[in-house]
Amino acid sequence: MTLSPEQTAELAEYLENAELNAKAVPQISLRHPGITEANGYAIQHEIRRRKTARGTQIVGMKAGLTSRAKMRQVGVENPSYGFLADYFAVPDGGEIERARLIHPRVEPEIAFVLKKPLRGPGCHIGAVLAATEFVMPALEIIDSRYENFKFDFASVVADNSSSSRFVLGGRARPVEELDLRTLGMVLEHNGKPFSFGAGAAVLGHPALAVALVVNLLARRDEGLEAGTMILTGGITEAVACQAGDHVCLRMQDLGSVSARFV
Amino acid sequence: MSASSSDLIDALGDELHAALVARSPVAPLTSRGHELSIEDAYRIQERMLRHRLAAGSSIVGKKVGATSRAVQTLLGVNQPDFGLLLSDMIYNEGDVIPISRLIQPKAEGEIAFIMKRDLTGPGVTVADVIAATEAVMPCFEIVDSRIQDWKIKIQDTVADNASCGVFVLGGAALDPRKLDLALCGMVLEKNGDVVATGAGAAALGHPANAVAWLANTLGPLGISLKAGEVVLSGSLATLIPIAAGDHLSMTIGGLGSCSVRFA
Repeated sequence: MTLSPEQTAELAEYLENAELNAKAVPQISLRHPGITEANGYAIQHEIRRRKTARGTQIVGMKAGLTSRAKMRQVGVENPSYGFLADYFAVPDGGEIERARLIHPRVEPEIAFVLKKPLRGPGCHIGAVLAATEFVMPALEIIDSRYENFKFDFASVVADNSSSSRFVLGGRARPVEELDLRTLGMVLEHNGKPFSFGAGAAVLGHPALAVALVVNLLARRDEGLEAGTMILTGGITEAVACQAGDHVCLRMQDLGSVSARFV
Repeated sequence: MSASSSDLIDALGDELHAALVARSPVAPLTSRGHELSIEDAYRIQERMLRHRLAAGSSIVGKKVGATSRAVQTLLGVNQPDFGLLLSDMIYNEGDVIPISRLIQPKAEGEIAFIMKRDLTGPGVTVADVIAATEAVMPCFEIVDSRIQDWKIKIQDTVADNASCGVFVLGGAALDPRKLDLALCGMVLEKNGDVVATGAGAAALGHPANAVAWLANTLGPLGISLKAGEVVLSGSLATLIPIAAGDHLSMTIGGLGSCSVRFA
């Protein structure tokens, strides 16, 4: 459907305010039933423009809805992308302010850092691996701005794919030393194992998530610059967290990364 | 009838063996009004397996079951169980398993331990397990239930040899000291699709914990884990149902893979 620039700007402001005020809103498709994925990305890029206009830096990208577990959990069938802003970053072992978020959930992920730019269309796993400086473990804190985490695909795309916070840590290693498909991981919640998985849970291979983001960006004639960090998507289902909770991700050959909610 | 009546124990063990031979599952033992303890269930298992041992099968190892939190919650227990591995359950990398010998099979991706030395509990630690292990191997356990529709309580599965069907050893073996067994990943593919992933810690926090639990549980019963025996340490992910024609493959990060077909 066609959204006017005014409607797009209004929806972007509405969703960004929901994020900044930590107040859930109904999914925007209820007001705009015909809303499409393209409308969603137009709104997401308007939110991004609003933030950068205020001096916020964009420090990375994320792929969303890339694992079978995640797709099942939210009831969708396609991956998406979102951007990561500077204030989303939480140091390893650091604190996440629960009150500034709505209903945060934590996902275990593999982060890629690029040493060469990538452009699509036609980006593939080989191009991604050749362009990768290193990978490292990451916790992504997703926090849908929609009530009860309920959304359709266009709504979640508009909402920056539920991006909210991320924690990078552990060991950084070059990809040629690792088998990313079988790389194992354990997510612990308050000291108890919550979920187990391996890299292949992300689209069969986490590098494919990067290729897919690059190919989606090519539709806007954009790509990823050298130095970009990309979160490749949750390997297992996400764990909901409250103030006082501690989460720790242990990854095969890559050490661990953790954070606390306060 | 008293729960501990040996007649009842024998009758239920004989019935489960007959169900296995005829590939015709029976009603849950726990649905029949008997008070069966877990100890009773192990005696039924012993009786069930006696028939196969008498017919010429030999014991080649043991399996630990109910090692994941999810399965323990489902069965309402807070500890694993065990069963025996017999010579006629063995398959190897690339084999074709006739599905007709099974009733309602499901596949579990596991790490198998091949023992280098005898291990006798109590007092066995994870360090003892690793020191006594010749190699770990990627492995499929094909579980199967002689109980209708898998409607099992803990006593049903224990009596039914911990729901063991057959097992498949993969084409790789490695000294366990070369691996981080808690964190090695497992990817399970069925007919080319990734259907499950997991990691070693899914089995009691560390696969060697499952072996230590087994040695410590069997010790007081006068049973040791013996050099050369295979120990299956528990499923690393969800169970995958199987049908004729399916091709299954699993890979353990840093270790290797195991594949098998069903006809």
